[in-house]
Amino acid sequence: MIKVTIDGVEIEVEPGTTILNAARKAGGAIVPPAMCYYSKLKGSGGKCRTCLVKVTAGSEKDPRPMPKLVASCSTGVQDGMVVQNITSPEVVEARKGVVEFLLLNHPLDCPICDQAGECHLQDLAFEHGAAKTRYEEERRKFDKIDIGDKIQLHMTRCILCYRCVYTADQITNERVHGVLKRGDASEISTYIENVIENDFSGNVIDVCPVGALTDKTFRFKSRVWFVKPMNAHRDCSKCCGKTAVWLHGEEIYRVTGRKDQYGEVEEFICNECRFDKKSKSDWVIEGPREVERWSVIRQNKYEIGTQVQAPKNIGYGNITV
Amino acid sequence: MGRKLLLEHANVPEIHTYQVYRAKGGYSAVEKALKMTPDEVMEEVKKSGLRGRGGAGFPTGMKWSFLDRKSEKPRYLVCNADESEPGTFKDRYVMEKIPHLLIEGLICSSFALGSNTTFIYIRGEYKWIVGILEKAIAEAKNAGFLGKNILGSGFNLEIYVNNGAGAYICGEETALLESLEGKRGNPRMKPPFPAISGLYGSPTVVNNVETLAAVVPILNLGGDEYAKIGIGKSTGTKLISACGNIKKPGVYEIDLGLPVYEFLNSDEYCGGIRDGHRLKAVIPGGSSVPILPADLFYKNIKGEERNMSYESLSDGGFVSGSMLGSGGFIAMDETVCIVRNTWTFARFYHHESCGQCSPCREGTGWMEKVLHRLEFGHGHMHDIDLLVDVAKKIEGNTICPLGDAAAWPVAAAIRHFREEFEYHVTHADKVKNSRLAHLDDYKKELVLL
Amino acid sequence: MEIPVTDIKFSDEKLAKVKEIMGRYPEGRSKSALLPVLHIAQKQFGNWLSVPVMDYVASLFQIKPIEVYEVATFYSMYNMKPVGKCFIEFCQTGPCMCSGVEDIMEYTEQKLGIKMGETTRDERFTIKGVECLGACGYAPMAQIGEYYYENLTKEKIDKIIDLFGKDDFNPDHKYDI
Repeated sequence: MIKVTIDGVEIEVEPGTTILNAARKAGGAIVPPAMCYYSKLKGSGGKCRTCLVKVTAGSEKDPRPMPKLVASCSTGVQDGMVVQNITSPEVVEARKGVVEFLLLNHPLDCPICDQAGECHLQDLAFEHGAAKTRYEEERRKFDKIDIGDKIQLHMTRCILCYRCVYTADQITNERVHGVLKRGDASEISTYIENVIENDFSGNVIDVCPVGALTDKTFRFKSRVWFVKPMNAHRDCSKCCGKTAVWLHGEEIYRVTGRKDQYGEVEEFICNECRFDKKSKSDWVIEGPREVERWSVIRQNKYEIGTQVQAPKNIGYGNITV
Repeated sequence: MGRKLLLEHANVPEIHTYQVYRAKGGYSAVEKALKMTPDEVMEEVKKSGLRGRGGAGFPTGMKWSFLDRKSEKPRYLVCNADESEPGTFKDRYVMEKIPHLLIEGLICSSFALGSNTTFIYIRGEYKWIVGILEKAIAEAKNAGFLGKNILGSGFNLEIYVNNGAGAYICGEETALLESLEGKRGNPRMKPPFPAISGLYGSPTVVNNVETLAAVVPILNLGGDEYAKIGIGKSTGTKLISACGNIKKPGVYEIDLGLPVYEFLNSDEYCGGIRDGHRLKAVIPGGSSVPILPADLFYKNIKGEERNMSYESLSDGGFVSGSMLGSGGFIAMDETVCIVRNTWTFARFYHHESCGQCSPCREGTGWMEKVLHRLEFGHGHMHDIDLLVDVAKKIEGNTICPLGDAAAWPVAAAIRHFREEFEYHVTHADKVKNSRLAHLDDYKKELVLL
Repeated sequence: MEIPVTDIKFSDEKLAKVKEIMGRYPEGRSKSALLPVLHIAQKQFGNWLSVPVMDYVASLFQIKPIEVYEVATFYSMYNMKPVGKCFIEFCQTGPCMCSGVEDIMEYTEQKLGIKMGETTRDERFTIKGVECLGACGYAPMAQIGEYYYENLTKEKIDKIIDLFGKDDFNPDHKYDI
């Protein structure tokens, strides 16, 4: 076991652990946010740069600081390493920049997005972003496309985390979509209008951190905080059969994998469980599922706040005349 | 006349053929190297003080010594001929004119590193050079300098040329390796570095064309002799590709340490700024290094004359200095609009970003759009500080150095020519219809020569 | 010009070349030949990469078509749309800009009656502004087919349009302009 200190918290981990996973082991505020890293997908991480941290001492043996901020998801810890996450103003500033970059071409229309309430970008922006955008130009836009009858791709919302590409490569045996073009013209696409068809394709919805890949059987049926997640299981010949079913009254609105506090599914599930088993009689319901992730959805309701009256002479919001 | 080590025979007719190259003493370095041990060859390179000629200037001998020799996997040498940095066209000159010099350097270096298959990754646009190199390789093979058991030494080597297809990012060594594996040119996360896990996961060294060519004179002269040329830690000769508003654009070989004044103004090199004009600014090492106004180019902040070396050009850091970089020397006269020039560079980096990591993917496009706005008379005063801030947020936060390369020129242009950016806001109508600089209103004094 | 899918097949000679290139790489690494083979395919099948052409290349490598689409769309030299026989690519980055390439580009646009990125109706010419081609000392310049044409002037553009618009124009040949 080796020792690493993150924001003053000492953690003992196995050699070869990344800074991010060391932080996750301790939990709490010292855990850097991650938009592209997914522990169950090999090769993921390093791209979004939200998990940048400052290494103030490389190791016990070589205590020199690292010259640049490093991606905590893909940097291994060394014995005696000292890391700063939120205690470093440099990290906070860089992260604010990354959030701004991620939002640059992302529509700011959470109220009409199906992912709202369980969107990692929304949470990230809330926690680390600025209140106003400095971007004056037009955002890039794409048409919504159906990749198969159950999954919708809206590239406009994509932040190019590559998770869905890794999922298709590693969980399914036939990848038909990928990242095309380059730079800010990059897009997730099948190039030719192709259908993603295999038993595990639905997992791309679960790994998507934003509203780019959504479940067509659930889209706009309900806001996520109005449905109740329950742990459920069934005997399934294709997958583990352990899922979260989302109830609206007595009706199952959707089925997803069981997600942990970092938004990662415990196990990937098959399309039959996800899309076809929408009756309560299909499932053994274990009981309510705690949403561990801090998000609107965790409240299961809106918080009652103080009522604010808009000044009459202005009309809407905070427009200064 | 300056000394010529690489380009000595560049203008000899038919020097691109094996016969003529050999008659001029070519391949003697191979003969010498194969009688030495690989470690001895590497020792000569270390002693020479040679530094990477692709732009970063990392000591070549040290880079070679990082190569994992204990691994059971094959080792690879890859020649980076993906020359794409605006202002840089020196490698092309070597490959076009004296291809055998590169092949000879590759044989010596492959021997030192223990590479039996060596690849030249050349930018896709240099289509005709692929043919030139392949012909040279065939000739060298025919003469027994390639293939099995070269000159009876027991050393085997094949060299292949692999062409890219239009992507500046593939000049970054890990992106180059990805591309060489037939994939998208997305740079890899480091560590592991290529010396441990490079091409096909094998230990790999990636070196620039000029670096590998320089191994030939190093072996011919001996590392110690080579190290005597130059100044301080900038040893040997360097190819500088000079362009812009000068009388004699072209590729020149200089002893490192040559005074910048002499390089720009003597008839042996650039021949000075074109008649009737005066120097405004210089980008001394390819588009990604900071631009310097004429006064800071000639002299550093302490008033000392600058010379063409890694140390002297970077004297003053990014506040008042620049970098030797790849040796892509761009001189601009007073007609060049810095805002427009910076915009074309920003457009270049925007076009060339691989899109893998968010600061570069989004930031380069943003900077281009803001600069476009300024150049075409739609900018605001706060855009200038916005650019500085965006550049700062990209710099150092990306997977590979392309982010830095995109951020530096923008930050430096504003640092030294802020008035010109402000002029574009205050005189929007004037700048709208002109591509040229707007001289009359400059407050900045230009050095008259 | 659309090539029938059944005709998308390398000749025996080309196929032998492709196999030779694939054989340069270690076992199981023949995908390394993808970029060079796409170049050959582009040249062979009408100077652009249509979906059937890319699918054919994928079949040669025994890889998924999406892997080819991903690579082909990444690199700027693969044409994802048909282009004219004479494809003029002007370098427009910094040093070329300093040397007046923009005037040359404008002149060419006017002369051909098309904008950058467009193809003439007779499909003979496509013009495009591209980023640095590594010929900064010989600016302004353009790549046409296999070769670079450097130190361009309006007179040279006249000559190029005159000569390269003819039926016998061969993009693999270096013309003396």
